[in-house]
Amino acid sequence: MSEKTGDKKKSRTPMPEQPPAVRAGNFDEVALGYSKEDAIAEASRCLNCKDPNCVEGCPVNVDIPGFIKLICEEDFEGAIEKIKATNALPAICGRVCPQESQCEALCVLGKKGEPVAIGRLERFCADSEREKGVSAPDPDIPEPTGRKVAVVGSGPAGLTAAADLAKLGHKVTIFESLHKTGGVLSYGIPEFRLPKEIVKQEVEYIKQLGVEIKPNYIIGRIKTLDELCEEFDAVFLGTGAGLPRFMGIEGENLNGVYSANEFLTRVNLMKAYDPNYDTVVRYGKHVVVVGGGNVAMDSARSALRLGAEEVSVVYRRGEEEMPARREEIEHAKEEGVILRLLANPTRILGDDKFNVTGIECIKMELGEPDATGRRSPVPVEGSEFIIDAEAVIIAIGTSPNPIIFKGSEGLDQSRRGTVVAEEETGTTSKCGVYAGGDVVTGAATVISAMGAGKKAAKAIDEYLKEK
Amino acid sequence: MAYRILEKEEIAPSVHRMVIDAPDVAKAAKAGQFIILRIDERGERVPLTIADFEKETGTVTVIFQEMGKTTKQLAKLSAGDALEDFVGPLGTPADVRKLGTVILVGGGVGVAPVYPQAKAYKEAGNKVLTIIGSRNKDLLILEDEMRKASSELYIATDDGSKGHHGFVTDIMKQILDSDEKVARVVIIGPPIMMKVGAGVASPYDVEILVSLNSIMVDGTGMCGGCRVTVDGKTKFTCVDGPEFDARQVNFVELMNRLAMYRGEEAKAVEKYEEECRCGLN
Repeated sequence: MSEKTGDKKKSRTPMPEQPPAVRAGNFDEVALGYSKEDAIAEASRCLNCKDPNCVEGCPVNVDIPGFIKLICEEDFEGAIEKIKATNALPAICGRVCPQESQCEALCVLGKKGEPVAIGRLERFCADSEREKGVSAPDPDIPEPTGRKVAVVGSGPAGLTAAADLAKLGHKVTIFESLHKTGGVLSYGIPEFRLPKEIVKQEVEYIKQLGVEIKPNYIIGRIKTLDELCEEFDAVFLGTGAGLPRFMGIEGENLNGVYSANEFLTRVNLMKAYDPNYDTVVRYGKHVVVVGGGNVAMDSARSALRLGAEEVSVVYRRGEEEMPARREEIEHAKEEGVILRLLANPTRILGDDKFNVTGIECIKMELGEPDATGRRSPVPVEGSEFIIDAEAVIIAIGTSPNPIIFKGSEGLDQSRRGTVVAEEETGTTSKCGVYAGGDVVTGAATVISAMGAGKKAAKAIDEYLKEK
Repeated sequence: MAYRILEKEEIAPSVHRMVIDAPDVAKAAKAGQFIILRIDERGERVPLTIADFEKETGTVTVIFQEMGKTTKQLAKLSAGDALEDFVGPLGTPADVRKLGTVILVGGGVGVAPVYPQAKAYKEAGNKVLTIIGSRNKDLLILEDEMRKASSELYIATDDGSKGHHGFVTDIMKQILDSDEKVARVVIIGPPIMMKVGAGVASPYDVEILVSLNSIMVDGTGMCGGCRVTVDGKTKFTCVDGPEFDARQVNFVELMNRLAMYRGEEAKAVEKYEEECRCGLN
């Protein structure tokens, strides 16, 4: 990221980071966070616009100029309280939101220089609260309404919906299929980008609001959605997009070929990097990751940290077209991840013991722009080449898990397997059932899932009032 | 959250039966499904087939053989201890219907998952011919239970110490060759036994099902580690199975995938046994 020193107003205060050579060997957080001085210096860049554009870019409408002004006044407790009024997970959002395409993209300062580092300031407020060990004063929870809401999935959509519904006085129970809460925040996003201690603390905050969490509880197996509907006054589905896609090429079931979901779950949730844990994961010397999104970057950087000597990312388009955040691509490159662009896997090679030995790719060139406006890649005939690999990680996307549909009726699904829901309210075809996040949109961002959780919570509250 | 162990018994050398207090799982469980357990915070998630369940008492029974580090550690627990996690029921329930005559074949600890199926098939009105086997008579499990749950019970041991001297598949072939009109054969056991059994039954006009025990993490379709090729297509054992048409399963791939972590497993066992000797555990 270009962060020139110089005109204070034009460029942002740099984020202290672990040096690439050091961090590539550990799972500690890469970005170290602003000091108090850094935060005040950065906050003082904000113009405090009367009609702030940034707030519109925020899916959960955080009062951005409001909390930044409080940082300038060194009222950090006031600042976090202001953020938490609309965002239940600030320490997480400050780390993993794509601010560059949301709030910061609309910052007026961005027209002539760099926008205010809103995400870093949000993170600072959340971190300083946590470090002090004081939590924002308990929100005034209204009298219990006597209404019960079930939330399925404890990822960003579910946690947000649960928090908002609890603040409105409804009794919320979250059902989580895994043994740990957090969904993709726990199993998907690595420790070095989002320390799990932070996820744990944000979940604690939700519990303080009176939300009950039931882990190891699979809706679609223990209870059907229909049964939940009978037991609860309303249901929110935030079950995410947890089903991995594969390419359907030869050799994909060889030993050492992982879905990114499996690889990251073994590493993050099951802590395969910690010798005190029983979890195993195979990586060998050469690891090839297929895909160009954030999940691909997370997989590649995790493999490097586990000790793989050479980690390459194979992506069928160019670097510009990669869907990963700029920052993640830069971080991966600095750490030594090799990008093999304009290449597409054709088959995976193995030995007589069924172990992966390499991956064959074909070179691609960019043709005409497709429906999404991106130039679509076309294979160059006869240009196949082989990359050695003892592990191959497929990170080409995920779809919603169909288990939720088991044994229940009336919930409309799209052809892509997503739940059909109104964007503004999360209303589904099934009465009293709302949905939001990746289960509706397909794999997207943490913050858009949170935004959907918020909207659905509001709609559920209105539904319960009328019911 | 903890799941209490109510009973624990060594029913054959290195084979243990454990009854767990897990009312949510017990209430929803059906024959053919499995659970995933985790002993403690540092443990693996291990899939085990449900060997029995009582909806009234809210208990689930699992039967396991000491193999890797986790099962060895599990064997050391006793009634009164608790498991950190116990999730289920997982997998698609067995397709139990009234078919007429059904042969159920179980080998080794694979006899355990056959038990709830025998009960279910019998209850559905089928004539249930059960064949169970093991290497020798000491390793044979659930003989009495199986006798009660089945219309007829046959036993085979590799060394001839009990019942037929030979394989369970020999008895299966005899029945298939007889006048008995068999609608379906269900074979559960070590992959090699299922492969051989499927091969023996294939020429007959009978449906053949096997229940697979792939390596997996979550058991809900999320990791894809349990991929298996069935009829040329990749399926997930945890959600599409664990029961599949035996004629379509690529057993060679299944066996190779099951061997994936064998080296790591051996090392983990060695380390664990060393720690046990030093009194660390």
